[in-house]
Amino acid sequence: MALTKKRTSQLGIDKADVRRARTLARQVGKPIVDLATRHTTVSVERATLRLAGLGGADPDGTPWVNRLADAVRADVGLEHGVSLPVWDALLRGEGDDLLTLAQKAAAGSVTFRIPAGRDATRARTASRKAVAAGIKQIDRQRAARERMIAKVGDAPSKPWIYLIVATGDIHEDIPQAQAAAREGADVIAVIRSTGQSLLDFVPEGATREGFAGTYATQENFRLMRAALDETSKELGRYVRLTNYASGLCMPEIATLAGLERLDMMLNDSMYGILFRDINPIRTFVDQRFSRQIHARAGIIINTGEDNYLTTADAVEAAHTVTTSQLLNEYFAKEAGLEDWQLGLGHAFEIDPEVPDSFRLELAHAMLARELFPDAPLKWMPPTRHMTGDIFKGYLLDGFFNLVGAMTGQGILLVGMMTEAVVTPWISDRDLALQNVRYVMNAAGNLHEDFHPSPEGFIASRAREVLGLAVDLMEEIKADRSVAGQPPLLSAIADGTFGLMKRPADKGRGLDGVAKKAADYYNPATEILEGEK
Amino acid sequence: MSLIRPYGDTTGDGMVQLSFTLPIAHSKVAEGAAVQLANKMGMDPALVVHAKPMGEGFTFFVVYGRVNHLVDPSTVEVVERDYPLLTPKEANAAIKRSMRRRLVVVGGCIGTDAHTVGIDAILNIKGFAGEKGLEYYRELKVVNLGAQVSVPQLVEAAREEKADAVLVSQVVTQRDAHLLNTREMSAAFREAYPAAKRPLLVVGGPRFDETMAGELGVDRVFTRGTTPGEVASFIVHRLTNRTAS
Repeated sequence: MALTKKRTSQLGIDKADVRRARTLARQVGKPIVDLATRHTTVSVERATLRLAGLGGADPDGTPWVNRLADAVRADVGLEHGVSLPVWDALLRGEGDDLLTLAQKAAAGSVTFRIPAGRDATRARTASRKAVAAGIKQIDRQRAARERMIAKVGDAPSKPWIYLIVATGDIHEDIPQAQAAAREGADVIAVIRSTGQSLLDFVPEGATREGFAGTYATQENFRLMRAALDETSKELGRYVRLTNYASGLCMPEIATLAGLERLDMMLNDSMYGILFRDINPIRTFVDQRFSRQIHARAGIIINTGEDNYLTTADAVEAAHTVTTSQLLNEYFAKEAGLEDWQLGLGHAFEIDPEVPDSFRLELAHAMLARELFPDAPLKWMPPTRHMTGDIFKGYLLDGFFNLVGAMTGQGILLVGMMTEAVVTPWISDRDLALQNVRYVMNAAGNLHEDFHPSPEGFIASRAREVLGLAVDLMEEIKADRSVAGQPPLLSAIADGTFGLMKRPADKGRGLDGVAKKAADYYNPATEILEGEK
Repeated sequence: MSLIRPYGDTTGDGMVQLSFTLPIAHSKVAEGAAVQLANKMGMDPALVVHAKPMGEGFTFFVVYGRVNHLVDPSTVEVVERDYPLLTPKEANAAIKRSMRRRLVVVGGCIGTDAHTVGIDAILNIKGFAGEKGLEYYRELKVVNLGAQVSVPQLVEAAREEKADAVLVSQVVTQRDAHLLNTREMSAAFREAYPAAKRPLLVVGGPRFDETMAGELGVDRVFTRGTTPGEVASFIVHRLTNRTAS
């Protein structure tokens, strides 16, 4: 009975409209995927070197993957990929291993070439073997996660409670994260240092200085995961770890997350373009690779639709959230992610002074739930209308939790009444968790009784938003404002999303993009796509 | 103005509320310690109305009590608005009248600060607190550089656009980044421009102190709750008067 109930629309939505929306998302997304497969980026190539085991940095802190990729690029360009020239050089005896080769390349004592004939075949085979070892490590980490969940137990109920730490110092983050887990967090997110998204390299080692967050590094990932493994055993439930696969190093950070068993990663299809002015093509290429890694690693992605609502009006822009969710879903599934890995984002950001604001929030959240019944949606708390009046903010967070309870959200980011005032104090976190527990305990099963009237305000609003999303995607599909480009790139260029205009030939990181040559080879892509 | 004290429900009762956490497990001693702290802060009598363990070895308290302090509003120092508030229409008219061209505003978040919420609230047409942003003003040309703009980039953009005013937003305050960045920015503008040609420098952010403009080398500091209309009015006031004089 539960099954049949799930299939009929509570909101009176016509199945044909949902199909139409998904078809449009595919039509808009497909040309972007084609574009992504025709290009590579410096970060995709560096991620490939990381999979083959190259880590560490030179005395100035520049990672060896950057030194090696830059040297290869200077000799033979990026368009063939780094794998053939690098393993060709190794086979020619230019270095015993990748690290030695990188050091020699940095000193300028290696000349790279594009191998041909049998040399090319041998380089191909050797690179595939080396990269396969990294992917095997990702597979082992996925199996370790599953084993550990089976042994110590999983988060006891949905939604998973998601809490943030952000001290800037990994050695301060660890006790804070462990304390947050003991207080009830199922998911710990370590906020990145402000500005890391615009670094074109991944910092190395354990870091103790960050701005409003802690640098994402392989060592920081490893330290935090190990600490949370301890806490998971102590608490008898697996505590998940989250970080950010975004910015210029998205593919490398995704790779490090897979290698170090992170469990969820923020990974939006357009966030970097719109909010960080990263070049659109760079973003789509990097994103596809990073999502292929996430799919392989069993990592749940969190998309960033909440960000649209922090700059645009949450009522007027509600349909842009739905549109972005549909596009994120298309890109994610194309890259091999499954429904259970799609933490599609949305947020409680309507101005509380707007009449019926709660009913509008409920309508939007129910729409997301109905469109993506098998995805663990990520529900983000109010931030824009948290004014410093902590008492009113606490009430608003309670209503946010209530919508979360009524719409079966998978991941609930716990709202803090001191949002926009201070980074959360121990008491803020405790009070926020009490708020969540009270609402879940008091109203967690309300969805059993609550059925909005199909003719009522909530159902009508949900249908209206879906209709507007379909209209917007029709408009995007027809966008030809930039000749010769996929319509979605035209739409991004002319400011369809938010007020930001982001042309495909501008933005950060464009110089790190190359069109693939006919003999381009990347063993990671081959393995990830071949075994999909 | 007369002396005043906090008001609970009766004039002169001096009642205040306070909450805090002590790093001590909950016990009678812990509650006594909370009263002691409140007493030392000047609350007497102090009543612990709520005490709850939070995490291991921490207790959260809510305390109500009476303070005997008097405050004298006549000795409070604030930066009063020293310019008239203009509607967008009045601002446009003033620019037209005295500058005979559009007034150019360049804005952005400098340093590693990626929080554009402040600069966007002031510049984006969407605006803030019911007021439209500066993009809405016909006689203002707004160039929003967005987040993580370096100081040299900002100076270059200001030169290129022939900026009359430069607006900088700083939200991140860790290690006083907002103050360091602002000083770096104002120094760069002083170096790049002769004093008479330098654009008006305005910074804003929730943690700035309005009285620090001189110390930071800028013309104005705006803080929490500032609306686009206030910023526009200030810029128009200062620039149209400067041109006239």
